[in-house]
Amino acid sequence: MSILSGLGARARGLFIDTKGPWGPSSGGSGGEEPPPSEGDAGGPWGEPPRRGRRAPQPQSPNVASFEDFLRRSKARFGNGGGGGGHLGRPVGPLVKWAILGILLVWLVFTSTHIVAPGERGVVTRFGRYTDTLGPGVGFTLPWPVHRVQKIDVENIQTIDLGTTGTETLMLTGDQNIVDIAYSVRWNIRDPELYMFELAKPDETIREVAESAMRAVVSGFSLNDTIGEGRSDIETRVQEVMQRVLNNYRSGVRIQGIAIKQADPPAAVNDAFKEVSAAQQEAQSYINQARAYALQLTAKAQGEATAFDKVYEQYRLAPDVTRRRMYYETMERVLANVDKTIVEPGGVTPYLPLPQVQKSAPRNPMP
Amino acid sequence: MIEIVRNRPLISGFAILLLLFTLLGTFVIVPETKQAVVVRFGMPIRILGATEAGINWRLPFAENVHWIDKRVLDVDMERQQVLSTDQLRLEVDAFARYRITDPLRMYIRARTEQRVSEALIPILGSQLRNELGQRPFAALLSPERQGVMENVRRGLNIVARQYGAEIIDVRIKKADLPSGTPLQSAYDRMRTARLQEARSIRAQGAKQAQIIRAEADAEASKTYAASFGKDADFYEFYRAMQSYQTTFIGDGGEKPSPTTIILSPNNDYLKEFTGRAR
Repeated sequence: MSILSGLGARARGLFIDTKGPWGPSSGGSGGEEPPPSEGDAGGPWGEPPRRGRRAPQPQSPNVASFEDFLRRSKARFGNGGGGGGHLGRPVGPLVKWAILGILLVWLVFTSTHIVAPGERGVVTRFGRYTDTLGPGVGFTLPWPVHRVQKIDVENIQTIDLGTTGTETLMLTGDQNIVDIAYSVRWNIRDPELYMFELAKPDETIREVAESAMRAVVSGFSLNDTIGEGRSDIETRVQEVMQRVLNNYRSGVRIQGIAIKQADPPAAVNDAFKEVSAAQQEAQSYINQARAYALQLTAKAQGEATAFDKVYEQYRLAPDVTRRRMYYETMERVLANVDKTIVEPGGVTPYLPLPQVQKSAPRNPMP
Repeated sequence: MIEIVRNRPLISGFAILLLLFTLLGTFVIVPETKQAVVVRFGMPIRILGATEAGINWRLPFAENVHWIDKRVLDVDMERQQVLSTDQLRLEVDAFARYRITDPLRMYIRARTEQRVSEALIPILGSQLRNELGQRPFAALLSPERQGVMENVRRGLNIVARQYGAEIIDVRIKKADLPSGTPLQSAYDRMRTARLQEARSIRAQGAKQAQIIRAEADAEASKTYAASFGKDADFYEFYRAMQSYQTTFIGDGGEKPSPTTIILSPNNDYLKEFTGRAR
């Protein structure tokens, strides 16, 4: 730090030296204010008009002598004192104040730095990296000595690779082709590395992302890539990218990869749809079979239970139950049909034949 | 001194300006991103900022400063067709990243970074072709795994060192099938593979459906047997009764076709009809 301030002082000294010739007897005060005023403690903002009035007096041995010098040179060129003096009166102090003002503005603007939250200020002294300013107000030496470049580090930037409109084809591990679109989110971890180590940071990140994605996808099968392997691929790509970028000393942190789309190429999309159609179809076969099975077992259980119930009763009184059931059934059956009773010996029927023939006797009871 | 200035303001002004320029020309500010080769009358003599950036000096007028980038630079190759050992073609797009480590040599051999890149591009292409051409197609898809890229990097580095550069990394950005027949046949293969998969899925579905049905049949049969098997004789009767009812009356669905039954008076049902049973 002592070197630093020493340098600053030297720089100031240098400044005063160059000023020297124009204000020869400036007294070498070497104080903080480069142009020393005429001794009134009011500082540079004291009372300009009064000083302006006093300025033309030649015996004042300070900076005003520049003006004096001007005046005299004017006089030497033969132009009578009147005009020159008239002109010199307002110009002299104005120039002085302008220089002073510019100097002050320059000092203030180049040595205080407001670093916004999420930003860092990278400080270089004559081009050499010295320090990184955190958020808040930071002070450095003025411009030619210290330079501060502010850079946003917290803001996460996104690079989109492979748009959803066009196809970005990639070969998978099983030599199939997948159409993939993804984005990389990154931010700056070390601003000084980011600024000083990579010639084209953005392009580098993009190329590394492409390369990492290609390398990782070539280790996965097509089904994994378009299916459940996605998150795995994302983390792997992130790892690979981070490793490569660290190797470049890029100062970049990869926050994450997001695969937005991983589909089979349009040319074979129909075949892929066919597969999902087949899956649906197979499922519907199975569903139908399940429904059948449910129906069948329910029916069997119902019938078996019914039989069991009847059988329980039957066992208590087998003969009676049997006959009862027989007659009940016969009743129901014969109640609704045309009946013809034929004597066994005589075959001739005594009921209208056409009707009998029309509905041929199908179930002659023995 | 002061007197001279006062007396000859123009001359002294020029002198001061000259002094200033000289002074400014003496100092060289080397930024972090660059290193500088100091060239004295065309002969490079030393390097500024190789390790540390900052303020440096030179002899004004005599020494020129030639700036060389210190950062990581890139070599981007044109697309290359690579033929694998099993005669399959692959279009490869690769890049390399390098850094100038020996600016003096680089200045003598190439002058600018541009020319280093230009010199490295064809070498990168041929290195890549050589390395990848020795492998079957399957290995080309993931050349990182077999250390192929490391071989390429090493090969390229030998050349790069002659230019005072060091190759940090060689990576394949894209590896695609050339458009036309290879791409089409890949598509065809994918398509047929999918159709095959679709068929097998359907067949599997049908198979499973059949198994489910058969299992249900077996289950029902078992239930029936367990219940009806208790008394085969009664089942015979019970089922016959059910069957008559279903056949002649219907089971609640559509009406059966009109039936005529011809009965003999000897029929069991009519045995009481004739009144001769007892």
